[in-house]
Amino acid sequence: MAQENKGFSHQTIEQNTLLLIVLTLITVSIGGLVQIVPLFTIETTIEKVEGIRPHSPLELAGFNIYVREGCYNCHSQMIRPFRDEAERYGHYSLAAESMHDRPFQWSSKRTGPDLARVGGKYSNDWHIAHLVDPRAVVPESIMPGYAWMKDRPLKYDDIGEHLKTLKALGDPYTPEMIANAKKDLEAQVKPDGDTAGLLQRYPKAVVASYTGNSYVSEMDALVAYMQKLGTLVDFTKYTPKQLQQ
Amino acid sequence: MASATLTPGAAVGGHQASTEVRYNEDAVRLFVIAAVFWGVVGFLAGTFIAAQLAFPVLNLGFEWTSFGRLRPVHTSAVIFAFGGNVLFATSLYSVQRTSRQYLFGGEGVAKFIFWNFQVFIVLAALSYVLGYSQGKEYAEPEWILDLYLTVIWVLYAVVFIGTVMTRRESHIYVANWFFIAFILTVAILHLGNNINLPVSWFGLKSYTWVSGVQSAMVQWWYGHNAVGFFLTAGFLGIMYYFVPKRAGRPVYSYRLSIVHFWTLIFLYIWAGPHHLHYTALPDWAQTLGMTFSVMLWMPSWGGMINGIMTLSGAWDKLRTDPVLRFLVSSVAFYGMSTFEGPLMSVKPVNALSHYTDWTVGHVHSGALGWVAFVSFGAIYYLVPVLWKRQQLYSMRLVSAHFWVATIGIVLYITAMWVSGIMQGLMWRAYDSLGFLQYSFVETVAAMHPFYVIRALGGVCFVAGALIMVYNLWRTAKGDIRIEKPYTAPARVAAGA
Amino acid sequence: MDLDQITIMLRSFWTIWLMLLFAAILAYAMWPNNRRKFDEAASIPLKDEGREF
Repeated sequence: MAQENKGFSHQTIEQNTLLLIVLTLITVSIGGLVQIVPLFTIETTIEKVEGIRPHSPLELAGFNIYVREGCYNCHSQMIRPFRDEAERYGHYSLAAESMHDRPFQWSSKRTGPDLARVGGKYSNDWHIAHLVDPRAVVPESIMPGYAWMKDRPLKYDDIGEHLKTLKALGDPYTPEMIANAKKDLEAQVKPDGDTAGLLQRYPKAVVASYTGNSYVSEMDALVAYMQKLGTLVDFTKYTPKQLQQ
Repeated sequence: MASATLTPGAAVGGHQASTEVRYNEDAVRLFVIAAVFWGVVGFLAGTFIAAQLAFPVLNLGFEWTSFGRLRPVHTSAVIFAFGGNVLFATSLYSVQRTSRQYLFGGEGVAKFIFWNFQVFIVLAALSYVLGYSQGKEYAEPEWILDLYLTVIWVLYAVVFIGTVMTRRESHIYVANWFFIAFILTVAILHLGNNINLPVSWFGLKSYTWVSGVQSAMVQWWYGHNAVGFFLTAGFLGIMYYFVPKRAGRPVYSYRLSIVHFWTLIFLYIWAGPHHLHYTALPDWAQTLGMTFSVMLWMPSWGGMINGIMTLSGAWDKLRTDPVLRFLVSSVAFYGMSTFEGPLMSVKPVNALSHYTDWTVGHVHSGALGWVAFVSFGAIYYLVPVLWKRQQLYSMRLVSAHFWVATIGIVLYITAMWVSGIMQGLMWRAYDSLGFLQYSFVETVAAMHPFYVIRALGGVCFVAGALIMVYNLWRTAKGDIRIEKPYTAPARVAAGA
Repeated sequence: MDLDQITIMLRSFWTIWLMLLFAAILAYAMWPNNRRKFDEAASIPLKDEGREF
């Protein structure tokens, strides 16, 4: 035993610790690198489909409320390629459909139903009534009510900054979109106003006076976001083979 | 400095040197108190949100009290506040003893880590309630808090690794391997998953560097390995120190522990994609995730065998020492959930289990049965030592805690198995005409009784924790309860 | 050869190099000369306590 410790010095000890650290770092890095890096480099990871666009300013504000309230704790946005899910929710979800979500909202739990294609399924009024008091609309629901959200003014003075930040991260917002961010946000709740610019920049954005408030409320944004979900891709245009990753 | 008290031959036997070793216990005591406090808070929060799912009126209609905002409070409180403080306490305690060295950096740094970590926890919880969240499960704090935690974590790494590097033992004990892997990997995960660009340097809102499918992969690389390295590797460090210590015998097989360590840390990192089966994540990644998850079963059970078999030849201690019972049962629960995990990662099983309560039940069999139980065992061991008491106030109360908590876990897990499998089957059920048999909300209504049972399980677990608080409080005060002691089995008196 | 091809090639080899790695770990753990070292290491937690201050 003692002879084994002849070379016992601080240097060798510290080298051993460093060796342990280096080996550990290598060991735990391999898996992550192999799985994550190719997702950026393999081009087929995200399907090439038409119609995908970044969130409109109002939808983005809605997305952020969705994240803030932790809706993903109970609702998925990822339809799996099973028969029952196709019948219940619609076409299975593509990677392309969530490519502008930061972070992704696929979720891991369906305490409530999947929302990947909830857009257009219910009226705006239904959504508002449901958010205000879920059990007034669906008696068995266990969802929290969001009555306070209906009349709360949305803070959107800095919405252009949000678009700029997303552009810096790689989302395809144009300078024109950024310059018009605030105007576009307001235009989406005024069906009687001039929406040509908004709809040209963000095709299929749902324009409506959601809550009917004279200002833009948080609920306007949330419902506008939900009404867009899953509506951008026209699946009649594609064969299953074209959608393969 | 360390070598000053050491002659080359003395290192291994170490007994002469050991009497001169001084350890810091002030900081460890603080971490233990915080762990117990946050444990109760986290269990209460969990029980409350469980009750919200059974009785939605408990959402109270305020924005701050909805399930969506409180769930991260629960997960952060139990994983990071309770689990984190337990890991700080146990790792900083055992690293000193297995290194025969005082904490590197001294008491000031350790206390700095302590207070800042508690401030971090409070700020994180407040931020979720007030509506600031990155929206990444188990990584909800916004960018500025992430940076704050990074500073704390780097200091912790310096203290821990510094203590190991200046040790007076020639070997780095295996528990410290696990702690080092935990500290380093959690650092990598934290940095990788929290690269965010703030909208404004003066605001909390930020957007993450990756989006969509990449964001999903990075999140579950993080999320799964938060389980793998925070809740597994770190707590295996606890197992490798406290089980042998309490049992009074070395670990069953040190060789096995080496194989256990390298295979576990290698395989775990790959398992993340099993959270994304049948999603838009490319198939090759899903297949890798499934394959490695199944392989992970082997090192997991290697570790379990190593922990449990440490008691081989001293099984009677399970009857006479409720603290050891906590420690050993935790390892048994670890074995159970690491069998269930690979099973659920197999794609056809996952097709049924994913999105249901089965997942929630699985997580809790690991979190309550493994993480919390091994923590309780370590805390029951530590408090009399740290407060310089001969023994715990009451062993009978430890046993009561054990049984109440076990009943709670059984209620929880079985309720979630039934509700999860039932809901999965209901979603895919077709009637005789070929239509989906149940609307979604019918499956929600069918969950109600199981959600009530689950909440009751939570109440039991909280009750057990409160028994522990009382027991530890009296222990710290120096009281000893007059009660019938646990005695060795009758064979002692066989000669009569 | 681009990154895609390298990835695909490496992927087809992973069973082999994993087995090699595992064999190396196993050999290290089971090597007879290491036994004494491991026994000593295993006894570390059971040594006496020292003092706190």
